[in-house]
Amino acid sequence: MIYVVVGAGPAGVVAAEQLRKLDPLANIMIIGSEPEPPYSRMAIPYYLTEKIDESGTYLRKADQHYSLRDITIIQQRVTKIDTAMNTVITESGEKYRYDKLLLATGASPSVPPVPGIDLPGVHNCWTLEDAREIVRLARPGASVLLMGAGFIGCIILESLVLRDVKLTVVEMENRMVPRMMNEVSGNMIKRWCEQKGVDVHTSTRADSIESAGGGKLKVNLNGGQSVEADLVITATGVKSNMQFAIDSGLHSDQGILVNSFLQTSNEDVYAAGDVCQGKDFSTGEYTVQAIQPTAVEHAKVAAGNMVRGHRSEHIGNVNMNVLDTLGLVSASFGLWMGAEGGDSSELVNEDAYRYLNLQFKDDVLVGASSLGLTQHVGVLRGLIQSETPLGVWKDRLMKDPMRIMEAYLACSQAQVATA
Amino acid sequence: MLKSLNIDPGKCTGCLQCEMACSLENEGVFNTAKSRIKVFTFHEEGRFVPYTCTQCDEAWCMQACPVDAIVINAATGSKDVKNDLCVGCKVCTIACPFGTINYNADSGKVVKCDLCGGDPQCASACPTDAITYVDANATGLDKMRQWAGKTDNAGA
Amino acid sequence: MAWTRQVLRVNLTEGTCIPEPLNMDWANQYLGQRGLATRYLFEEIDPACDALGADNKMIMATGPLTGTMASTGGRYSVITKSPLTGAIACSNSGGFFGAELKNAGWDMIIFEGKSPAPVYLSIENDQARLVSADDLWGKSCWETDEILHARHQDPQMRIAVVGRSAEQGCLYSSVINDMHRAAGRSGVGTVMASKNLKAVTVRGTMGVGNILDPARFMETVAAGKKVLAENAVTGEGLPALGTQVLMNVINEVGAMPTRNMQEVQFEGAHKISGEAMLEPRESDGKPNLTRNGGCFACTIACGRISTIDREHFSVKEKPQYWGNSGGLEYEAAWALGSDTGIDDLDALTYVNFICNEDGMDPISFGATVAAAMELFEVGAINTSHTDGVELKFGNAQALCWAVEQSATGTGFGADLNLGSKRLCEKYGRPELSMTVKGQEFPAYDPRGIQGMGLTYATSNRGACHLRSYTVSSEILGVPEKTDPLESDGKAGLVKAFQDATAAVDSAGLCVFTTFAWTLDDIAPQIDAACDGDWSPERLVEVGERIWQLERDFNLKAGMTGADDTLPDRLLKDAAKSGPAKGKVCELDNMLPEYYQLRGWTADGQLTAETRSKFGLPS
Repeated sequence: MIYVVVGAGPAGVVAAEQLRKLDPLANIMIIGSEPEPPYSRMAIPYYLTEKIDESGTYLRKADQHYSLRDITIIQQRVTKIDTAMNTVITESGEKYRYDKLLLATGASPSVPPVPGIDLPGVHNCWTLEDAREIVRLARPGASVLLMGAGFIGCIILESLVLRDVKLTVVEMENRMVPRMMNEVSGNMIKRWCEQKGVDVHTSTRADSIESAGGGKLKVNLNGGQSVEADLVITATGVKSNMQFAIDSGLHSDQGILVNSFLQTSNEDVYAAGDVCQGKDFSTGEYTVQAIQPTAVEHAKVAAGNMVRGHRSEHIGNVNMNVLDTLGLVSASFGLWMGAEGGDSSELVNEDAYRYLNLQFKDDVLVGASSLGLTQHVGVLRGLIQSETPLGVWKDRLMKDPMRIMEAYLACSQAQVATA
Repeated sequence: MLKSLNIDPGKCTGCLQCEMACSLENEGVFNTAKSRIKVFTFHEEGRFVPYTCTQCDEAWCMQACPVDAIVINAATGSKDVKNDLCVGCKVCTIACPFGTINYNADSGKVVKCDLCGGDPQCASACPTDAITYVDANATGLDKMRQWAGKTDNAGA
Repeated sequence: MAWTRQVLRVNLTEGTCIPEPLNMDWANQYLGQRGLATRYLFEEIDPACDALGADNKMIMATGPLTGTMASTGGRYSVITKSPLTGAIACSNSGGFFGAELKNAGWDMIIFEGKSPAPVYLSIENDQARLVSADDLWGKSCWETDEILHARHQDPQMRIAVVGRSAEQGCLYSSVINDMHRAAGRSGVGTVMASKNLKAVTVRGTMGVGNILDPARFMETVAAGKKVLAENAVTGEGLPALGTQVLMNVINEVGAMPTRNMQEVQFEGAHKISGEAMLEPRESDGKPNLTRNGGCFACTIACGRISTIDREHFSVKEKPQYWGNSGGLEYEAAWALGSDTGIDDLDALTYVNFICNEDGMDPISFGATVAAAMELFEVGAINTSHTDGVELKFGNAQALCWAVEQSATGTGFGADLNLGSKRLCEKYGRPELSMTVKGQEFPAYDPRGIQGMGLTYATSNRGACHLRSYTVSSEILGVPEKTDPLESDGKAGLVKAFQDATAAVDSAGLCVFTTFAWTLDDIAPQIDAACDGDWSPERLVEVGERIWQLERDFNLKAGMTGADDTLPDRLLKDAAKSGPAKGKVCELDNMLPEYYQLRGWTADGQLTAETRSKFGLPS
């Protein structure tokens, strides 16, 4: 068998490893477009803070990790799939035949339609190459404007603050991290950032960027205000890397469409990770989650389905995120905005920057979001995904959501059920 | 034969010797706030429940780690955090459905039970045998793992 | 090291919380906790002051081993001048509060002055602040605990609190920590409430990391734990039956004070014993005891966690008491049970719950009810005083009524809250009060255990078993067996126990370890943890120095040798049954020798020589 994996991010690498585990004799190759060994974008912020060097971002650390597993890595950009011939074709015209193909090409930053967005000094923070540029430009004392206070925007905040730049954040929504946090907690994060000296503008849009001379940029905000900056970083969301797949005839929506076996509209082609519009555990709908744990789980399930005799259905991923914004840790799980006809329990401590919001449907936890909590947060996922009936604990949690760990132990762990 | 921690809450008196032994071994200080094993008190029920990582086969934390910083200890089967590789991204802390890998803001890394390399200090310190380190077959681990199975994404 | 070397000084009048360095000269002389805090108190207050006035101070103190892995190393004490006795008060408690305080970086908190309005002290590591407690005043300890935990959103936060009884001025109110552990005796909770201080909340995450020689410390700790595990009392008796292991034993030796100490054996003892707590009850097939719980770091775990029969009259309509809570310890079972002649285990458990919920010392409460029952039976009080309740020996309903009255200071509860001595004086029968220096006796009749007579008479905090538990020697044979009916030789025994116990308390350990440990087991643990050379001999010297200082405090508070005595009932009325039948407590045979051993004058004053020998402050 020949398995080709397109994309060298976490989904691609995990899938290749899983394929090898299940099919020791197969021919397995990863085709990726970036020059470095497979690395993790999750690690880039830590590279920016110099907590790690470049090799610290690599997905696998052992020497010869791939060669020992007989996984071939090819640096090429795939531009077309010939589904009739079971072949992928690269930019340079090379062709690779496959029996089963996995598309794990990830996502790219979306470029906001703002005049001047292509000026020098405006950067994404997505690839290692971007990171190197930011390190070069974000010198102490420089003015930096960050467009977008979503997950990626927030996660690089710290590295920018640590670099001692004068930082302004512009976010269109009415709070920070709008896809993870509600208005209460999103604004607690805003307040936290402001206390740390970051200038945060929510409900604000950059209308245009222009050159202000001397290498400086001028960002014009809606409402007339403008901000001068040495560097503008855009972090306004991502979109799946799937144009070549669409061009090759695969069905798509926000991402490449798959069935519950992560199989695309072509039976020999599968998709995983940020490019894949997979099933959401909580809603049953198909969405692009674009998060690390989902990418890894997609990869494992898809790889299994690519190998004869290992077929398994993907039951969906709990959407979840964890974020560290200048030391304030936030997390969200599942239906954190709430379920139709459900109940919620909320604890707000503005002074201590502590927040916990639990969302229930009947006596089952279906979503949660938290701020300032770092201990045992994983049980929120455990309770959501296991759909554990909380029984009497539901009422107790409605009164005091902080008892979540007790509730988890009492309801989930048979061995600890009270005698 | 791999060994694992067997926890019998019925024997636990809530004295926290395990937590102190753990924090001393791993942090060099008696500090229950930094223990990798935690004893939970159920006051109404009159019950104490020690709780830590079961070193589950699924190894959610290890799978979720984006930088290969969690590895299997071949000698003990534990999943160990490699401090020099962990970047502190915390993805493992939300991926682990048991909540047994946690972020330590002081170090900027995550921490979890590593069975003290095969000589778990919590078990040595426990005065009532509520925590023992025994052959994996003899433990109630299977029961816990059945539950873990419910969390497994790849349903058969 | 092992001390954090930080003291938190809280001036309630001014509303300030100011850290200061620990006086290490004093720490070297008085070790920690009980001893060291007594030294501070001695320095800072006039022993003759009004215990409930703003001039009195209250100290919460840990020891150098508090917060470490040394078995039982989780204790703290509350040291102040007692409103019940007028003497020095030092009430020791386990649970988790003391260790948390140490983990927050504090050896002790000194409270001074009086807050103009109710407050509580909130400590998070090095951050301490006073917070309004207007909304907590009038709440029970348990209600306050729940409110504060919810407010601070931290299940790991530890709380010490006073209940409604203390607010009402009950003279034997306790400081309750962790819901059902208590700095129980001598009215330390009353002092706390008198300062308008409702609670202390502590979260400590800094740990105790300054052990002098960690490797050696862990070796000594492991050796100590092994000794405790292999000892019959600390390894078997206490883990199985808790302190209640004593109920049947003490009853058999004829030292079980019964019905206000009129008798020395209780016919219902077996119904309220540790063994009885294990018997499945008819209604739900569950025993009274759910399990034993340990205090911080304790490898003995004698604490009782119990439930009350839901069908029992005391809780039938009160589901809030159907869950588990702190169960009966021996002293409580005795005071609430045999001293009142009541053998209803569920009633005693209920009353014990209420004592915990509203912070009353169950020994003093039970003994005061016993005195009231005798007053009732002799006609000194009647149903006009008691809302029509027949306050007779054996009446469980009356006891449950009494505890509810006392908890809130309602009706006759206000009289009960005076304690036995003032109650009996008020109703003209002072001789019926079974107290020394105003504090009620605990559960060992000194006619049947002679050494305890001297223990009670000379205890620096009034009648108390925990100042020199010669029961160990006289009944259990630890460290060596002496004859409980013999008073000869007991002066030396009592002194040795008093000195050793003062050292154990001051280290931050539990006195129950001494069923198995001698100072030879304890000294190496302190020595490995702390700067300086800590030999058993030095601990004895420190212990005796502490004893002498406490004595000096009491003398300066106005006490004399005349206060070192027992009620006539114990000195003149012979035991009516059991092995001690016909015996009285032979205090006269022991006291003069004891004074001599202590280096005191014949009327109980410290000599100049003794003062200088121990370097006591003038």
